[in-house]
Amino acid sequence: MTASPLLQVQGLQVAYGPTPIVHGVSFTLGREKLAVVGESGSGKTTVGRALLKLLPRQARIGAERLQFDGMDLLQAGERDMAALRGRRLSMIMQDPKYSLNPVMSIGRQIAEAVQRAAKLSHAECNERVETLLARVHIRDPKRVAAQYPHEVSGGMGQRVMIAMMLAQRPQLLIADEPTSALDVSVRQEVLHLLDELVAEQGLALLFISHDLNLVRHFCDRVLVMYAGRVVETLAAADLPRAEHPYTRGLMAALPSLRQRRAVLPVLQRDAAWSAA
Amino acid sequence: MTTSALPAPVGVFQAWRADAAATARKLLANPLTAVGVAVIALLVGVALFAPWIATHDPLRQQLDAALQPPSGAHWFGTDEFGRDVFSRLVHGTRITLFIVTLVTVVVGPLGMGIGVVSGYFGGRVDVLCMRVADVFLSFPSLVLALAFVAALGPGLDHAVLAIALTAWPPIARLARAEAMTLRNADFIVAAQLQGASHLRVLWRHLAPLCLPSVLVRLTMNMASVVLTAAGLGFLGLGAQPPLPEWGSMISEGRRYMLDSWWTVAAPGAAILAVSMAFNLLGDGLNDALDPRQSS
Repeated sequence: MTASPLLQVQGLQVAYGPTPIVHGVSFTLGREKLAVVGESGSGKTTVGRALLKLLPRQARIGAERLQFDGMDLLQAGERDMAALRGRRLSMIMQDPKYSLNPVMSIGRQIAEAVQRAAKLSHAECNERVETLLARVHIRDPKRVAAQYPHEVSGGMGQRVMIAMMLAQRPQLLIADEPTSALDVSVRQEVLHLLDELVAEQGLALLFISHDLNLVRHFCDRVLVMYAGRVVETLAAADLPRAEHPYTRGLMAALPSLRQRRAVLPVLQRDAAWSAA
Repeated sequence: MTTSALPAPVGVFQAWRADAAATARKLLANPLTAVGVAVIALLVGVALFAPWIATHDPLRQQLDAALQPPSGAHWFGTDEFGRDVFSRLVHGTRITLFIVTLVTVVVGPLGMGIGVVSGYFGGRVDVLCMRVADVFLSFPSLVLALAFVAALGPGLDHAVLAIALTAWPPIARLARAEAMTLRNADFIVAAQLQGASHLRVLWRHLAPLCLPSVLVRLTMNMASVVLTAAGLGFLGLGAQPPLPEWGSMISEGRRYMLDSWWTVAAPGAAILAVSMAFNLLGDGLNDALDPRQSS
């Protein structure tokens, strides 16, 4: 089991209608932190959702190989996927404003996940919800649990999403820009929390982001996507020495505190990148 | 935002109660809605205490006192058999409420269930459900109800069944539209992501969101239920004589309408007031429950 990686993806294709929007994405993921970076619309989120088969129904997913812990996800039916989701594969979604049910209190939404992990009495369940909220550094968890999503800030919503994920202890977590709505100090806490999970529970993390600086320090490996393709895979530490012109262009477009530059370079696109 | 600014609800129940109180306040702030609520409250009160409010036995005939005009002894006069119109009217509230409640209880869950399922799953399920709904919608509801009663035989229970069968498609349409706008929302995907089954998503996540508009529609629907029930009664297919149903009272009084106007005017006014009240309440609920209109 330890020999083969937890997740193997080979030639993943996602198409809406006749034209595919994700072309032949391949990667493997063990117990590590793998980052997916790329500009908006490059297919990062689509890849993440395709792994969970949570795309709108008109999307068609194809792959040469899509294996999770020895299971073929391509063959898995809706029932099998429902059994996997949450328990073993989980995802933190991009925007907490749209990812929490507006008419359910936060406590009840987390309780749904808690009850799925283990049948608990009402009191025990409430206690567990509060522990989970405290774990994601929410002060006064009792009050927050009784509130509705529109009453909390974006950062708190994001942490609520993380608490929901924590309730079921998945093996693979897809984090879709989990820190983009957070301020710097909370972001550090959330990243620290994710780091802990990877270290303690052997969680495999697919970290979708467009923050190259963050990725360089936080993740082990980086997958660079452009127009639905993986253009480069490299170790995070090697990002400054990236070879593909797109990655180099992205890196060059980052402002730096140490070097003063008059004008930041603009990414020069090459039609050949999306044909490769 | 300070933490003290928000009165922290101690439990779900209290939060719900505070919410309900706020909705009720908003409802009653509108004078027209308040009138509607008052009329319906009166209707329910009269129905509950009918035997004490009625001055005479609604079924007792007194042929020597037939077709008497309104007076101190008979407030709304008497009908062709000398029965007290006021007492019949009072007892008729029970029949009207019975029909309205039963139809709503049947139609609400049925229409909402079909609508939500059809909107959530889409595709073939949707086509099937909506074509059936189209068939029902393509007939005028009274005509369809008439056909059902004709097939089932006249009677109060059959009238309820017939009205229910004709009243679900608009509710289903509404619930379907709501479900369709929500089924791809991120929080529904998030629930699926947590491993929620279809049934759970439908019941816990979609249905509560469709509830306000369905509730409003149901209340407005009550007005047309009152009218249809009276219509069936008038045509002799609803409540059977001697039951004091408002529609059948009008039908019986019609023959003496020119000389004894009260036999028709009293039940007619009652039908008008009640169906109007349900409409006003529905309108008010629409304003109170629609989060897009609240300031």
